[in-house]
Amino acid sequence: MMSDTSGRSQKTYMLNMGPAHPAMHGVVRLVLELQGEKIIDVDAEIGYLHRAFEKHAENETWNNVVPWTDRLNYVSPLINNVGYAMAVERLAGIEVPERGQYIRVIASEISRVTDHLTCVGASAMELGAFTVFLYMIKAREYLYQLVDNLTGARVTTSFTRVGGVKGDLPADFAEKFRAIAKEVRTAVAESGQLLTRNRIFMDRMEGTGILSSADAIAYGITGPFLRSTGVSYDVRRSHPYAVYGKLDFEIPVGSTGDNYDRYLCRMAEIEQSLRLVEQCLEQIPEGKHSLEPKEIKHAYEIQDAGKFGDTALLAKYAAKVDQTLEGMSKDDQPNTRVLDRTITLPSKESTYSNIEGLMNHFELVMWSWGVKIPPSQTYFAVEGGNGELGFHLVSDGGDGPYRVRCRPPCLFPMAALKKLLVGGQIADVIPTFGSVNMIAGELDR
Amino acid sequence: MSESLLRGERRDVPATSNLEELSKLKAEGFSMLVDMTCVDYLPQGKTPRFDMIYRLMKLDVSTGQDRGRLEVHCAVDELPVLRSVAGLWPNADWLEREVWDMFGVKFADRPGIKRLLMYEEFTGHALRKDYPIVRRQPLIGPHSGDKADSPSFNILRPTITGE
Repeated sequence: MMSDTSGRSQKTYMLNMGPAHPAMHGVVRLVLELQGEKIIDVDAEIGYLHRAFEKHAENETWNNVVPWTDRLNYVSPLINNVGYAMAVERLAGIEVPERGQYIRVIASEISRVTDHLTCVGASAMELGAFTVFLYMIKAREYLYQLVDNLTGARVTTSFTRVGGVKGDLPADFAEKFRAIAKEVRTAVAESGQLLTRNRIFMDRMEGTGILSSADAIAYGITGPFLRSTGVSYDVRRSHPYAVYGKLDFEIPVGSTGDNYDRYLCRMAEIEQSLRLVEQCLEQIPEGKHSLEPKEIKHAYEIQDAGKFGDTALLAKYAAKVDQTLEGMSKDDQPNTRVLDRTITLPSKESTYSNIEGLMNHFELVMWSWGVKIPPSQTYFAVEGGNGELGFHLVSDGGDGPYRVRCRPPCLFPMAALKKLLVGGQIADVIPTFGSVNMIAGELDR
Repeated sequence: MSESLLRGERRDVPATSNLEELSKLKAEGFSMLVDMTCVDYLPQGKTPRFDMIYRLMKLDVSTGQDRGRLEVHCAVDELPVLRSVAGLWPNADWLEREVWDMFGVKFADRPGIKRLLMYEEFTGHALRKDYPIVRRQPLIGPHSGDKADSPSFNILRPTITGE
């Protein structure tokens, strides 16, 4: 019970939204305290989709964690793949061939577009604009087909390997992308015409869910959410990883930090991401996309393996003795110790067609046989669909992570949800929650 | 060029004065608490057992550039020594709840801290190294506490024996 100024007691209502509410994008529960339709308190309960990503990762080999990362932010899985693989490479001191880096950027940017299309489309649908949802999901589907061509799956991509990517770009990829980019641009333009100056849409979006830049920084918010408040922080610009330093792109920023600004930021970022992919397709060099596994072991490798006590498999290998002994002491990845001095999984073609590839693959995925990274820890972050997607990795010298911490970008605006919603109307929950772009897979891990 | 700066310099701080040290750092301009997490070193026999990590960033509001990061480490054990930093950065509220939930690290000034990801009735702390990955608890599994009925469910890795 609350008292108003006239001394009359006013009843407040508790209302559960979720965990099975259609606007709760997956599963999250909001407990709202209402006075009439005004929100006076909010408590967000998360964890309904907790699948122990971090615990599972501790029990896998370095490469085997990649499929788990698909399930973090499942509307932009490729960015998670790239972020995790790059963090492991940083820990191991490995540099991926340039072509591989370009492919990773292409994959990330396509994923960013699908992420923004889903977010804007779904939140427009929740405000009644079902047409926009259909336009955007149609465009997203074209991109998913492209992702399917590239990785073999629409959503569970598992595309990166430590030391590279699963495969090269398909032959007609650039051509297909150009055709699809046209479709996406049309869909975005048509949706923009339907929404941007739409009275109903603006009434719901403008001036709701406002967060100042100071509050956004205090809450650790990054990504389009922070940029909508006018702060142009972007990991791609602040810490240009992969080949972002060579590419030209703008960072759209908002000014008021309301739902409408976040919508405009995401719409503008779609165009920037398409531009980035186009530049990559023009610049991409020929060459290897991954570090290549060696086929036959050198004599010194067999010797080294013996020194490390790995004698069990020695009998199975014939030593390759180089007459000139040139380049014998050179090592591709001096910081890692693995039997065959490679840490990249062989290509599937090789695994299925020859014994060296098969054995290479088998050794790398077997427990306690795979890549070993010396005891160390690192933090690496990429710009995810929702902001800074970071991985803190700790190695104890074993063949798998000792600890993987994923910094989920959408946890931070969720933590600020009280700040965003209190004082507003219950109808504001829908656009605000939509623009937070909560992805339960990433939030709950 | 600035990729390695993502992690920033490491600084070790005694757990008893975490709040004072972090307040100083906030006053120095580390305006964003990027992340807070914990690592359990039980199998390596380190004492204290846990390593709390606060990841800070100086963010230039006008240019949007990262002006430097810092990784603050505090070695702690289960005793409630650390103080909450939610007064400095409000997102620490949830992050501390997660650390309590997953590692059981307590905060001296948050006695009634609530779990973030797991449910209230959950016993133990799942990311501790002595919590077996195959352990099942009622409310997720069968109410009897029996292991789930699947041939591969509880034998993921033979080296981990479970309860």
